[in-house]
Amino acid sequence: MQVRRLAAWTALPLAATLGLAACGGGGDSGESDPNATVSVQIAEPQHLIPTNTNDSSGNQVLSALFTPLVDYDAQNKPYEVAAESVSSTDNTLWTIKLKDGYTFHNGEKVTSDSYINAWNYGAYAPNGQGNSYFFEKIAGYEDLQAKDPDGEGPQKAPEPKAKTLTGLKKVDDLTFTVTLAKPYSEFKTVLGYTAWYPLPAAAFSAPGVIKDGFEDAPIGNGPFKIKGSWQHDAKVEVERYDAYVGEKPKIGGAEFRIYQQLTAAYADVLSDNLDVDVTVPTENLSTAATDLGDRFQQSPASSFQFVAFPTFQDDFSKPEVRKAVSMAIDRDEITKSIFKDSQISARSFVSPVVAGYRDDSCGEACEFDPTKAKAAYEAAGGPKQIKITYNGDGGHKDWVDATCNQLKTNLGVDCVGAAEPKFSDLLTKVEDKQPVGLIRMGWLMDYPSMENYLGPLYTTNGSSNYYGYSNPEFDRLVQEGTVASSADEAVKKYQQAEDILAKDMPVIPLRFGQNVFAHSTKVKNVEVDLFQVVDMTKIEVVS
Amino acid sequence: MFRYIVRRLLQMVLAFFGTTLIVYALMFAGQGDPIQALAGERPVSEAQRAYLTEKFNLDHTGIGGFFYRYFDYIGNLLRGDLGDSLTGRKISDMLAQAWPVTMKLAVIGLLVAIVVGVTSGVIAGLRRGGIFDNATLALTLLVLGVPTIVLAPLAQYFLGVKLPLFPPTAGSDPSLYALLLPGIVLGSLSLATALRLTRTSVAENLRSDYVRTAKAKGMTTRRIVSVHVLRNSLIPVITFLGVELGNLMSGAIITEGVFNIPGVGFNLFRGIRTEDGPLVVGLVSVLVVVFLVSNLVVDILYAVLDPRIRYE
Repeated sequence: MQVRRLAAWTALPLAATLGLAACGGGGDSGESDPNATVSVQIAEPQHLIPTNTNDSSGNQVLSALFTPLVDYDAQNKPYEVAAESVSSTDNTLWTIKLKDGYTFHNGEKVTSDSYINAWNYGAYAPNGQGNSYFFEKIAGYEDLQAKDPDGEGPQKAPEPKAKTLTGLKKVDDLTFTVTLAKPYSEFKTVLGYTAWYPLPAAAFSAPGVIKDGFEDAPIGNGPFKIKGSWQHDAKVEVERYDAYVGEKPKIGGAEFRIYQQLTAAYADVLSDNLDVDVTVPTENLSTAATDLGDRFQQSPASSFQFVAFPTFQDDFSKPEVRKAVSMAIDRDEITKSIFKDSQISARSFVSPVVAGYRDDSCGEACEFDPTKAKAAYEAAGGPKQIKITYNGDGGHKDWVDATCNQLKTNLGVDCVGAAEPKFSDLLTKVEDKQPVGLIRMGWLMDYPSMENYLGPLYTTNGSSNYYGYSNPEFDRLVQEGTVASSADEAVKKYQQAEDILAKDMPVIPLRFGQNVFAHSTKVKNVEVDLFQVVDMTKIEVVS
Repeated sequence: MFRYIVRRLLQMVLAFFGTTLIVYALMFAGQGDPIQALAGERPVSEAQRAYLTEKFNLDHTGIGGFFYRYFDYIGNLLRGDLGDSLTGRKISDMLAQAWPVTMKLAVIGLLVAIVVGVTSGVIAGLRRGGIFDNATLALTLLVLGVPTIVLAPLAQYFLGVKLPLFPPTAGSDPSLYALLLPGIVLGSLSLATALRLTRTSVAENLRSDYVRTAKAKGMTTRRIVSVHVLRNSLIPVITFLGVELGNLMSGAIITEGVFNIPGVGFNLFRGIRTEDGPLVVGLVSVLVVVFLVSNLVVDILYAVLDPRIRYE
């Protein structure tokens, strides 16, 4: 009995520590002035270093902490914010003058060096920054890259030749020049993207080395400074930076609350627990308007959904076949029944949000005409079986199946939707040139320009041209556009290039995205921009 | 007794390494392209790929690569370094953040199961065939039939949004009150099973010889039930609840997602999605330890409940 007692006394504390080690730590939110702060839904950002941030949640946080050189107006044309002027006479040598008075949140003055150091860090390949490619147009970029020694999976890569871009030159504290490798008329537009934010000297522990832990509490030049640090998987809190010289925000601070599931955020915004829900989940779209009234809103977004043909496959090598497939799809039916009009049918190869967009540039090939489609398909000898491969983790099953059903009915072919677990699995198959059939794709722009759609998606070496489309004439026109002397000139070239796409149909444009967002009864003037980012200077708290 | 515990602890070390090896192997086998998985649908630049490949030894492929990476991982583990996740965060930090909140949630679930489940089970067992018994049987059947993936959003919608009794989501640093609803949802399945186990066990023990003897000796019903019947009836229930603690924690994936609790379930889900081997192994290892320890505790508690059980 003695021994058993002892056993009980050893067992119980064990059980108790298991349970109690977890307890402790209370639920005190500790907000000093709840009326002046707003909460905004984000997902866990991947990074908070500007040159490494390209997810919309990271962009949302950084847009509060940083002020860009240029921003975009209602027509999506760039205008200066932190820059006094961005000018060039030959589109190669760009002079950037900074506005005086901007300071970082630690009091440091924003100078030319803040930009040059940040960009050099971003471009230097061994730093592994996700936005590195943004700097590739600047002279000297090649020397910051390491060449793969055997061209077959990276062995230990050699040190790049240089550590800094030759194209960046400091003139004085508020002026610097950027020399591009080739003329590029829309360089000013590009500067609005996250990758081009400056970094303070305090960010670096040594030249070209970012201090450990800087990412958890980034110091920016924007309207808000970080409060505490990034609480992973929980929230990022920011408060107004009083020495900010730009347009002052109308709130005292914000809490970017990290959600794992869209439905949880939606439940919170329904009960006023969350102020801005940036993405209303698809399953709630049908009831959102009744649930929320005018607190449920839509605004244009840059996303573009399409399916691509693996043009290297014999089955889809003929443009006639590709056109016929496109004509057999009733886009309006799908946007209406499946997306509840939260997306718009696409009949062009670039998004309506960029300058130079034309309605229906795809022409006849994107018009729904089942009879013509079937005749053309049979005449061109299209394959009897079509497969649409998509990633199963993105909620694409419904519309892929609907599209397949349309193809079955309208072309008389056998069509199946094939799900791959993840997008990366899909890409692996495409790269191995396996017969995946049509591939589902999507695109979000980095900066508002036709080039940001045409270049990565359709040029021969485009970064997202996974389907092997290649047309030298098209490449030439896009190239001519980028080096054109003016933006208007460039647009003309881009439009000519787009006309070639309408003839070749390497992809079938399906839908343009919209932001569908909701807000609580406590806030007004909620605007979500093309990058799915809430404008934190416009939002106001209803008193 | 002491030797028994030492032997069990040694077995736990073996089991621990065995499970990490298996989980690591499974993650490795299912691995496609973790760098692309991390980037989602965005193209990965060559520089970034080279950087991550080198950092995580991803160029070591095949069987040799598996052992290279596994021993690299174990080596670091023995030095007390869990390594970095693919997103660059320290896995030890992620574990330290994820475990407490999940533990709290699981303990609430378990307490709900014990308090409500065992109490109702005893009542139902004592009044077998009565209204209470039949009602609880029907109710638990319903709960057992409805999966958490349905139950959690329904509870959130009706008790959080429509009838705002509870906050709809708990968040990262939740109060006990905010964790109550997710805890109840999580514990409801074990509650139902615990109730049914207790009921059957109590009903059976009521007819046993020693209860009859006790009755014959003129003991009060209260004493018979609380000392004789309950003590013996709890053995299967304790076994179930001990194992259930581990299940509750690993089963929190859905509940944590619905109620926005950044615990183990969510991290596990994300780790699997982004093919983050070390993160998954780290989370699972702690889960294994919880299972092992709770099983040990259960085994030791047997002896307390039933004097006939002895350990060598």
